[in-house]
Amino acid sequence: MKALKLRAALLSLLLLAALLGIWHVATLPGPAAARSAGLSAEQIEYEKMMGKDPGAQKSTGFPTLAQMGAAIAKQLRDPFYDNGPNDKGIAIQLAWSLARVGLGFLLACLVAVPLGFVIGMSPLLQRALDPFIQVLKPISPLAWMPLALYTIRDSSVSGVFVIFICSVWPMLINTAFGVASVRRDWLAVAATLEVRPLRKALRVVLPAAAPTILTGMRISMGIAWLVIVAAEMLVGGTGIGYFLWNEWNNLSLTNVIFAILVIGVMGMLLDLVFARLQKLVTYVE
Amino acid sequence: MWSDVAQRDAAAPATHDTQPAAAAFLQVQGLGRSFVPGKPVFAGVDFGIARGEFVCVIGHSGCGKTTILNVLAGLDRASAGHVFMGGREIAGPGLDRGVVFQGHALMPWLSVRRNIAFAVESRWPEWSRAQVDMQVRKFVEMVGLTPAIDRKPAELSGGMKQRVGIARAFSTEPKMLLLDEPFGALDALTRGTIQDELMAIVRRTQQTVFMITHDVDEAILLADRILLMSNGRDRDGAWVPGGIAETVANPLPRDRTRAGLHHLPGYYGLRNHIVDFLVTRANPASQ
Repeated sequence: MKALKLRAALLSLLLLAALLGIWHVATLPGPAAARSAGLSAEQIEYEKMMGKDPGAQKSTGFPTLAQMGAAIAKQLRDPFYDNGPNDKGIAIQLAWSLARVGLGFLLACLVAVPLGFVIGMSPLLQRALDPFIQVLKPISPLAWMPLALYTIRDSSVSGVFVIFICSVWPMLINTAFGVASVRRDWLAVAATLEVRPLRKALRVVLPAAAPTILTGMRISMGIAWLVIVAAEMLVGGTGIGYFLWNEWNNLSLTNVIFAILVIGVMGMLLDLVFARLQKLVTYVE
Repeated sequence: MWSDVAQRDAAAPATHDTQPAAAAFLQVQGLGRSFVPGKPVFAGVDFGIARGEFVCVIGHSGCGKTTILNVLAGLDRASAGHVFMGGREIAGPGLDRGVVFQGHALMPWLSVRRNIAFAVESRWPEWSRAQVDMQVRKFVEMVGLTPAIDRKPAELSGGMKQRVGIARAFSTEPKMLLLDEPFGALDALTRGTIQDELMAIVRRTQQTVFMITHDVDEAILLADRILLMSNGRDRDGAWVPGGIAETVANPLPRDRTRAGLHHLPGYYGLRNHIVDFLVTRANPASQ
């Protein structure tokens, strides 16, 4: 087992090295200064005036590894700087995104878990609400954006709303499913012990359904983190998605790549947190 | 249609009438349950259980044993008839009846201690933590699981799980215990050990018990009285519901043991009578 882990880690490192190697080779500067040979000083001057400096290195525009490393180091050296609306440190942008995701996700929990409980307990409500859920669930969360902007009239709150609406469905469906499939035996035990409804919900149904509910939350968080980047690109202002779009407008590919990396790492960390929580509530039958 | 059965009852050995209503702690009157209208699984079930009595029900699958137990537990409602316990009609599940489920029904996310504490806390909500824990430890010790008290059910063997289920049912000190084939899923060796344990506990606590079993020897070992149930069937185009065909009193001395059971006079007669019933008269679904 340990040997397998070690070998897997080694292979991962090799793959990383290979990827970086390809990157390095692909961005190597082309042959320079060759074209200036055989040209007179006037000709060189003329070429420069025409914007075709024969002495300049031809660049593909794609950053080299060294440039990338320098950009990452620069961003990470001072992640909290704030030079006005269009120039903030990465940590500040990330904090904005996390705050929106956190708030929208929390609101979704507050709605989806109790409602899922009720749906899971009542076959009537399950059937009655099913058509609504089936229609609302497949709507891209960004489709709600114009409606949100119009009614809420605040771009930041609209972002939170979009996170809310995309997080709510997986949690709702999983909670309802988890609650509905609690083993009859456990409910019978609670019944023979005359356990009151609230105590039954908290001490029997909730722990029994917790692994399913947490799975729903994990899926929701994954979707929320996908959606926040797109939402922030759309509404602008702050956040990692806006940072990414802004750096594209600045034609700073190093910063764009840096933002992509940050989004990936952050998404992985969020998923890890929920995987850990899931492990805490999982039981073996 | 019942006269037929009654006549055959009269011919059987070791048969006696159900106890008089006044003496019975639990009284079942005219109980029936149908899942398909007009075709009750069983009907007209009458029997009584005296305080401190151990009654076993034996019969083939589908005869409605578990349904009767569920009605007694209050988990199912009868289509006809009444059940009285201590003079009051049973209308739903309650703490005065402890149930041991077929599949132990322990909550897998709780340790043995917490599983039993959940029952104790339900019975006595006003108890302090220390009082609850004392009660829990007392009943875990009773089934000999003190070393495993902080383990989760998944870390226990089948026999240990069923012991925890029994300890949980006893821990609320119910007036009556209902056991639904508690040892059905266990291997013979474990089953024997737990049968002995259960018998010792029941004798000591004077517990009133209603138990379902498939095992003839188990019924003879544990029960003071054995109810033999027949399956419902179609006869000459008419539906004959199942029910209690016969009540057999156990004539063997109450201090019998599993090891010495087959040496007791009367054991083979009793055993043959029950096996004959199951083979020829109980109308299993295949006939």
